[in-house]
Amino acid sequence: MSSRRSRTRQSGCSRPISDDQINDLVSKLQQLLPEIRDRRSDQVSAANVLQETCNYIRSLHKEADDLSERLSELLASSDTAQAAIIRSLLMQQ
Amino acid sequence: MASTLMISNPVTNSDRSRKKKKKKTQAKDHHDQDHIKWKSEAQQQIYSSKLLQALSQVRLSSPPPSLPPPSSSTSSASVSAPPRGRAVREAADRVLAVAAKGRTRWSRAILTNRLKLKFQKKHKRQRVVATVTGTNRSSLSRKPKVSVLRLKGKGLPAVQKKVRFLGRLVPGCRKQPLPVILEETTDYIAALEMQIRAMTALADRLSGAGSSSAPPS
Repeated sequence: MSSRRSRTRQSGCSRPISDDQINDLVSKLQQLLPEIRDRRSDQVSAANVLQETCNYIRSLHKEADDLSERLSELLASSDTAQAAIIRSLLMQQ
Repeated sequence: MASTLMISNPVTNSDRSRKKKKKKTQAKDHHDQDHIKWKSEAQQQIYSSKLLQALSQVRLSSPPPSLPPPSSSTSSASVSAPPRGRAVREAADRVLAVAAKGRTRWSRAILTNRLKLKFQKKHKRQRVVATVTGTNRSSLSRKPKVSVLRLKGKGLPAVQKKVRFLGRLVPGCRKQPLPVILEETTDYIAALEMQIRAMTALADRLSGAGSSSAPPS
Protein backbone atom coordinates (compact mmCIF):
# COMPACT_ATOMS: atom_id res chain seq x y z
CA MET A 1 0.00 0.00 0.00
CA SER A 2 1.75 3.15 -1.16
CA SER A 3 -0.31 5.36 1.13
CA ARG A 4 0.75 3.26 4.08
CA ARG A 5 4.40 3.53 3.12
CA SER A 6 4.26 7.28 2.69
CA ARG A 7 2.62 7.62 6.06
CA THR A 8 5.36 5.71 7.82
CA ARG A 9 7.95 7.77 6.05
CA GLN A 10 6.43 10.95 7.40
CA SER A 11 6.36 9.76 11.01
CA GLY A 12 10.10 9.92 11.37
CA CYS A 13 10.86 9.97 15.10
CA SER A 14 12.16 6.42 15.54
CA ARG A 15 11.32 4.46 12.49
CA PRO A 16 12.96 1.13 13.22
CA ILE A 17 10.96 0.44 16.34
CA SER A 18 12.95 -2.14 18.25
CA ASP A 19 11.40 -5.10 19.92
CA ASP A 20 13.16 -4.13 23.11
CA GLN A 21 11.34 -0.84 23.13
CA ILE A 22 8.05 -2.60 22.65
CA ASN A 23 8.84 -5.08 25.39
CA ASP A 24 9.79 -2.27 27.68
CA LEU A 25 6.50 -0.49 27.11
CA VAL A 26 4.53 -3.70 27.51
CA SER A 27 6.25 -4.49 30.79
CA LYS A 28 5.48 -0.98 32.01
CA LEU A 29 1.87 -1.58 31.11
CA GLN A 30 2.02 -4.88 32.92
CA GLN A 31 2.98 -3.15 36.14
CA LEU A 32 -0.16 -1.05 36.01
CA LEU A 33 -2.58 -3.91 35.63
CA PRO A 34 -3.75 -5.13 39.02
CA GLU A 35 -4.57 -8.65 37.82
CA ILE A 36 -1.21 -9.50 36.42
CA ARG A 37 0.53 -7.92 39.39
CA ASP A 38 -1.33 -10.21 41.74
CA ARG A 39 -0.84 -13.28 39.65
CA ARG A 40 2.94 -12.97 39.75
CA SER A 41 3.66 -15.32 36.89
CA ASP A 42 6.66 -14.32 34.86
CA GLN A 43 5.44 -16.00 31.74
CA VAL A 44 2.87 -13.50 30.61
CA SER A 45 3.04 -12.97 26.91
CA ALA A 46 2.64 -9.61 25.29
CA ALA A 47 -0.68 -10.60 23.78
CA ASN A 48 -1.94 -11.61 27.20
CA VAL A 49 -0.91 -8.29 28.71
CA LEU A 50 -2.63 -6.43 25.92
CA GLN A 51 -5.77 -8.46 26.28
CA GLU A 52 -5.82 -7.79 30.02
CA THR A 53 -5.30 -4.12 29.29
CA CYS A 54 -8.28 -4.00 26.96
CA ASN A 55 -10.44 -5.73 29.53
CA TYR A 56 -9.21 -3.46 32.28
CA ILE A 57 -9.91 -0.29 30.32
CA ARG A 58 -13.36 -1.53 29.45
CA SER A 59 -14.09 -2.32 33.07
CA LEU A 60 -12.84 1.13 34.09
CA HIS A 61 -15.13 2.70 31.51
CA LYS A 62 -18.04 0.73 32.81
CA GLU A 63 -17.25 1.69 36.38
CA ALA A 64 -17.06 5.33 35.34
CA ASP A 65 -20.46 5.04 33.67
CA ASP A 66 -21.97 3.48 36.77
CA LEU A 67 -20.52 6.20 38.94
CA SER A 68 -21.86 8.82 36.56
CA GLU A 69 -25.31 7.32 36.86
CA ARG A 70 -25.04 7.37 40.61
CA LEU A 71 -23.82 10.94 40.66
CA SER A 72 -26.56 12.08 38.31
CA GLU A 73 -29.18 10.52 40.54
CA LEU A 74 -27.63 12.14 43.58
CA LEU A 75 -27.62 15.51 41.89
CA ALA A 76 -31.17 15.13 40.64
CA SER A 77 -32.85 16.80 43.56
CA SER A 78 -31.66 20.37 43.68
CA ASP A 79 -31.94 21.33 47.34
CA THR A 80 -30.06 18.49 48.89
CA ALA A 81 -27.59 18.65 46.03
CA GLN A 82 -26.78 22.29 46.55
CA ALA A 83 -26.35 21.88 50.27
CA ALA A 84 -24.30 18.76 49.76
CA ILE A 85 -22.08 20.43 47.21
CA ILE A 86 -21.41 23.37 49.46
CA ARG A 87 -20.77 21.12 52.40
CA SER A 88 -18.40 18.87 50.50
CA LEU A 89 -16.49 21.87 49.18
CA LEU A 90 -16.07 23.16 52.70
CA MET A 91 -15.01 19.77 53.97
CA GLN A 92 -12.42 19.48 51.23
CA GLN A 93 -10.67 22.67 52.20
CA MET B 1 28.53 37.69 18.53
CA ALA B 2 28.14 34.40 20.24
CA SER B 3 31.60 34.71 21.69
CA THR B 4 30.90 38.13 23.13
CA LEU B 5 27.77 36.74 24.68
CA MET B 6 29.75 33.98 26.21
CA ILE B 7 32.39 36.28 27.61
CA SER B 8 30.12 38.94 28.96
CA ASN B 9 27.41 36.70 30.29
CA PRO B 10 28.70 33.42 31.54
CA VAL B 11 25.44 32.97 33.33
CA THR B 12 23.46 32.72 30.14
CA ASN B 13 25.87 30.15 28.79
CA SER B 14 25.45 27.97 31.82
CA ASP B 15 21.76 28.64 31.63
CA ARG B 16 21.73 27.44 28.08
CA SER B 17 23.58 24.28 28.95
CA ARG B 18 21.32 23.81 31.90
CA LYS B 19 18.32 24.23 29.69
CA LYS B 20 19.69 21.63 27.34
CA LYS B 21 20.23 19.25 30.19
CA LYS B 22 16.84 20.06 31.55
CA LYS B 23 15.25 19.23 28.24
CA LYS B 24 16.87 15.83 28.12
CA THR B 25 16.06 14.85 31.66
CA GLN B 26 12.62 16.26 31.23
CA ALA B 27 11.97 13.80 28.45
CA LYS B 28 13.05 10.97 30.71
CA ASP B 29 11.22 12.10 33.83
CA HIS B 30 8.19 12.89 31.71
CA HIS B 31 6.87 9.36 31.92
CA ASP B 32 7.60 8.90 35.60
CA GLN B 33 6.18 12.25 36.52
CA ASP B 34 2.97 11.52 34.71
CA HIS B 35 2.37 8.29 36.56
CA ILE B 36 3.18 9.85 39.90
CA LYS B 37 1.02 12.81 39.02
CA TRP B 38 -2.13 10.76 38.68
CA LYS B 39 -1.57 9.05 41.99
CA SER B 40 -0.96 12.13 44.10
CA GLU B 41 -3.60 13.35 46.50
CA ALA B 42 -3.18 16.93 45.34
CA GLN B 43 -4.09 16.01 41.79
CA GLN B 44 -7.15 14.20 42.97
CA GLN B 45 -8.22 17.16 45.07
CA ILE B 46 -7.82 19.51 42.14
CA TYR B 47 -9.76 17.16 39.93
CA SER B 48 -12.54 16.74 42.47
CA SER B 49 -13.10 20.43 42.91
CA LYS B 50 -13.07 21.08 39.19
CA LEU B 51 -15.41 18.18 38.63
CA LEU B 52 -17.77 19.53 41.23
CA GLN B 53 -17.89 22.89 39.54
CA ALA B 54 -18.49 21.31 36.17
CA LEU B 55 -21.20 19.06 37.55
CA SER B 56 -23.04 21.93 39.17
CA GLN B 57 -23.06 23.59 35.78
CA VAL B 58 -24.43 20.46 34.19
CA ARG B 59 -27.18 20.36 36.74
CA LEU B 60 -28.21 23.95 36.22
CA SER B 61 -28.62 23.61 32.47
CA SER B 62 -31.64 21.39 32.72
CA PRO B 63 -31.93 19.92 29.20
CA PRO B 64 -28.53 18.28 28.82
CA PRO B 65 -27.14 17.69 25.31
CA SER B 66 -28.44 14.16 24.98
CA LEU B 67 -28.47 11.69 22.15
CA PRO B 68 -31.94 10.77 20.92
CA PRO B 69 -33.12 7.69 22.78
CA PRO B 70 -33.16 4.77 20.37
CA SER B 71 -36.34 3.05 21.37
CA SER B 72 -38.15 4.57 24.27
CA SER B 73 -41.66 3.28 24.59
CA THR B 74 -42.37 5.40 27.64
CA SER B 75 -42.82 9.10 27.17
CA SER B 76 -39.83 11.24 28.09
CA ALA B 77 -40.14 12.06 31.76
CA SER B 78 -38.77 15.25 33.28
CA VAL B 79 -35.69 13.52 34.67
CA SER B 80 -34.40 11.06 32.06
CA ALA B 81 -31.67 8.97 33.63
CA PRO B 82 -29.48 7.77 30.69
CA PRO B 83 -28.80 11.20 29.15
CA ARG B 84 -28.05 12.62 32.58
CA GLY B 85 -25.55 9.91 33.39
CA ARG B 86 -24.03 10.38 29.98
CA ALA B 87 -23.72 14.13 30.53
CA VAL B 88 -22.03 13.52 33.88
CA ARG B 89 -19.60 11.08 32.30
CA GLU B 90 -18.79 13.49 29.50
CA ALA B 91 -18.22 16.32 31.96
CA ALA B 92 -15.96 14.07 34.03
CA ASP B 93 -13.97 13.10 30.94
CA ARG B 94 -13.66 16.71 29.92
CA VAL B 95 -12.36 17.75 33.33
CA LEU B 96 -9.95 14.82 33.25
CA ALA B 97 -8.65 15.92 29.87
CA VAL B 98 -8.16 19.43 31.20
CA ALA B 99 -6.29 18.05 34.19
CA ALA B 100 -3.91 16.32 31.81
CA LYS B 101 -2.88 19.77 30.62
CA GLY B 102 -2.83 18.77 27.00
CA ARG B 103 0.34 16.75 27.17
CA THR B 104 -1.18 13.52 26.00
CA ARG B 105 -2.99 12.68 22.81
CA TRP B 106 -6.04 11.21 24.46
CA SER B 107 -6.68 14.38 26.44
CA ARG B 108 -6.47 16.53 23.33
CA ALA B 109 -8.70 14.11 21.46
CA ILE B 110 -11.37 14.25 24.17
CA LEU B 111 -11.42 18.03 24.13
CA THR B 112 -11.56 18.32 20.35
CA ASN B 113 -14.18 15.60 20.13
CA ARG B 114 -16.48 17.54 22.42
CA LEU B 115 -16.22 20.55 20.18
CA LYS B 116 -16.82 18.45 17.11
CA LEU B 117 -19.87 16.84 18.62
CA LYS B 118 -21.29 20.20 19.55
CA PHE B 119 -20.98 21.57 16.05
CA GLN B 120 -21.88 18.43 14.22
CA LYS B 121 -24.86 17.66 16.37
CA LYS B 122 -27.35 19.56 14.26
CA HIS B 123 -26.29 18.36 10.84
CA LYS B 124 -24.75 14.96 11.17
CA ARG B 125 -26.37 13.57 14.25
CA GLN B 126 -26.82 10.08 12.89
CA ARG B 127 -23.23 9.80 11.81
CA VAL B 128 -21.97 10.92 15.20
CA VAL B 129 -24.16 8.37 16.93
CA ALA B 130 -22.81 5.70 14.65
CA THR B 131 -19.19 6.51 15.39
CA VAL B 132 -19.75 6.77 19.12
CA THR B 133 -21.72 3.59 19.53
CA GLY B 134 -20.44 1.53 16.68
CA THR B 135 -16.84 0.88 17.66
CA ASN B 136 -17.46 -2.83 17.99
CA ARG B 137 -18.94 -3.06 14.54
CA SER B 138 -16.07 -1.20 12.95
CA SER B 139 -13.51 -3.50 14.58
CA LEU B 140 -15.18 -6.52 13.03
CA SER B 141 -15.36 -4.99 9.60
CA ARG B 142 -11.70 -4.00 9.67
CA LYS B 143 -10.40 -7.48 10.41
CA PRO B 144 -8.71 -8.38 7.09
CA LYS B 145 -6.64 -5.21 6.95
CA VAL B 146 -4.24 -6.40 9.67
CA SER B 147 -2.73 -9.14 7.52
CA VAL B 148 -1.68 -6.63 4.87
CA LEU B 149 0.49 -4.65 7.29
CA ARG B 150 4.18 -5.33 7.67
CA LEU B 151 4.78 -8.38 9.78
CA LYS B 152 8.50 -7.98 10.16
CA GLY B 153 9.37 -5.07 12.36
CA LYS B 154 6.58 -4.96 14.89
CA GLY B 155 6.34 -8.48 16.15
CA LEU B 156 3.53 -10.97 15.89
CA PRO B 157 0.34 -10.03 14.09
CA ALA B 158 -1.59 -11.12 17.18
CA VAL B 159 0.16 -8.44 19.19
CA GLN B 160 -0.42 -6.00 16.37
CA LYS B 161 -4.12 -6.78 16.28
CA LYS B 162 -4.48 -6.38 20.01
CA VAL B 163 -2.68 -3.07 19.99
CA ARG B 164 -4.98 -1.80 17.24
CA PHE B 165 -7.94 -2.84 19.33
CA LEU B 166 -6.45 -1.04 22.29
CA GLY B 167 -5.96 2.00 20.12
CA ARG B 168 -9.69 2.15 19.57
CA LEU B 169 -10.42 2.08 23.26
CA VAL B 170 -8.12 4.96 24.07
CA PRO B 171 -9.49 8.15 22.54
CA GLY B 172 -7.42 9.69 19.80
CA CYS B 173 -5.12 6.78 19.17
CA ARG B 174 -6.70 4.99 16.24
CA LYS B 175 -4.09 5.76 13.64
CA GLN B 176 -1.03 6.00 15.85
CA PRO B 177 1.94 3.66 15.59
CA LEU B 178 2.42 0.94 18.14
CA PRO B 179 4.72 2.53 20.76
CA VAL B 180 2.59 5.68 20.83
CA ILE B 181 -0.51 3.65 21.60
CA LEU B 182 1.26 1.82 24.41
CA GLU B 183 2.52 5.04 25.92
CA GLU B 184 -0.87 6.70 25.72
CA THR B 185 -2.46 3.65 27.28
CA THR B 186 -0.26 3.73 30.36
CA ASP B 187 -1.11 7.35 31.02
CA TYR B 188 -4.77 6.84 30.20
CA ILE B 189 -5.11 3.97 32.66
CA ALA B 190 -3.54 5.97 35.46
CA ALA B 191 -5.81 8.91 34.70
CA LEU B 192 -8.92 6.73 34.59
CA GLU B 193 -8.04 5.21 37.94
CA MET B 194 -7.76 8.65 39.45
CA GLN B 195 -11.04 9.67 37.88
CA ILE B 196 -12.80 6.70 39.41
CA ARG B 197 -11.24 7.30 42.82
CA ALA B 198 -12.34 10.93 42.74
CA MET B 199 -15.85 10.16 41.54
CA THR B 200 -16.27 7.44 44.14
CA ALA B 201 -15.16 9.76 46.90
CA LEU B 202 -17.49 12.44 45.58
CA ALA B 203 -20.46 10.11 45.39
CA ASP B 204 -19.79 8.87 48.91
CA ARG B 205 -19.56 12.42 50.19
CA LEU B 206 -22.76 13.46 48.47
CA SER B 207 -24.73 10.44 49.57
CA GLY B 208 -23.30 10.63 53.07
CA ALA B 209 -23.90 14.36 53.44
CA GLY B 210 -27.44 14.00 52.21
CA SER B 211 -28.42 11.56 54.92
CA SER B 212 -26.51 12.83 57.95
CA SER B 213 -25.92 16.40 59.01
CA ALA B 214 -22.35 17.77 59.16
CA PRO B 215 -20.30 14.76 60.21
CA PRO B 216 -17.39 15.65 62.48
CA SER B 217 -14.10 15.67 60.58
